[in-house]
Amino acid sequence: MKFSIAVHEGPYTHEASDTAYQFVTAALEKGHEIFRVFFYHDGVNNGTRLTTPPQDDRNIVKRWSDLAEKHGLDLVVCVAAAQRRGIADADEAKRNGKDADNIAPGFRISGLGQLIEACIQSDRHLTFGD
Amino acid sequence: MADEMDEMMEGGEIKKLMYVTRTAPYGTVYALEALEVVLIGAAFEQDVCMVFADDGLFQLKKGQNTEASGMKNFSPTYRALEMYDVEKLYVEKESMDARGMTEDDFIVDVEVKTSGELASMMEDMDIVLNF
Repeated sequence: MKFSIAVHEGPYTHEASDTAYQFVTAALEKGHEIFRVFFYHDGVNNGTRLTTPPQDDRNIVKRWSDLAEKHGLDLVVCVAAAQRRGIADADEAKRNGKDADNIAPGFRISGLGQLIEACIQSDRHLTFGD
Repeated sequence: MADEMDEMMEGGEIKKLMYVTRTAPYGTVYALEALEVVLIGAAFEQDVCMVFADDGLFQLKKGQNTEASGMKNFSPTYRALEMYDVEKLYVEKESMDARGMTEDDFIVDVEVKTSGELASMMEDMDIVLNF
């Protein structure tokens, strides 16, 4: 089955990103396809490479990046939500006159159309958040 | 971007898409960002409807004034939904009754549905997007 996923909450504050990660991992293990993981609302904060969690805790951002590299996952951060919350790739940083970018490996920034398209293209869409 | 969207929309079947919004307009960003999804989603020309439940009903309350709180009053945008062909707006009856509201309280025309009716509509959807 082809799934699309939305993550609506930030890392550590809320378990949504953890549960989404576990779902995606389990689905891939069972041979399902993940069409896209879309990060929205505070969920965009899952896409900053600047997080530094304590060593004895899980590294939520790195875990997504590693999974993306291993399975070629499409991790998309919503541009409008990202701009509000200070998540930027090199292009976005330049366009908005910022002195740095912070997007984590394996993530890309794009528009909300990517969420709707993912829903349309997939057999099932799951939202993780409140 | 426009080209990309045209490409995405080509040749696909039309799906039934329901947006469910359940939070007050201010206090958290969910309502505003849900509305942004609905407006962008309109470009995909799917069969969409929007459900207002729980505190989500307050998004449609007439006479919002955010001056003192410094928040942006985005309630006029709901009146624009019609122009985006988002015409099926449903309000959950139980939420309306619990908040002492009536249909006259809303800035747009809505259809009032019971939670049971909404549940069967939801059953019939291809996609439900929850905010």
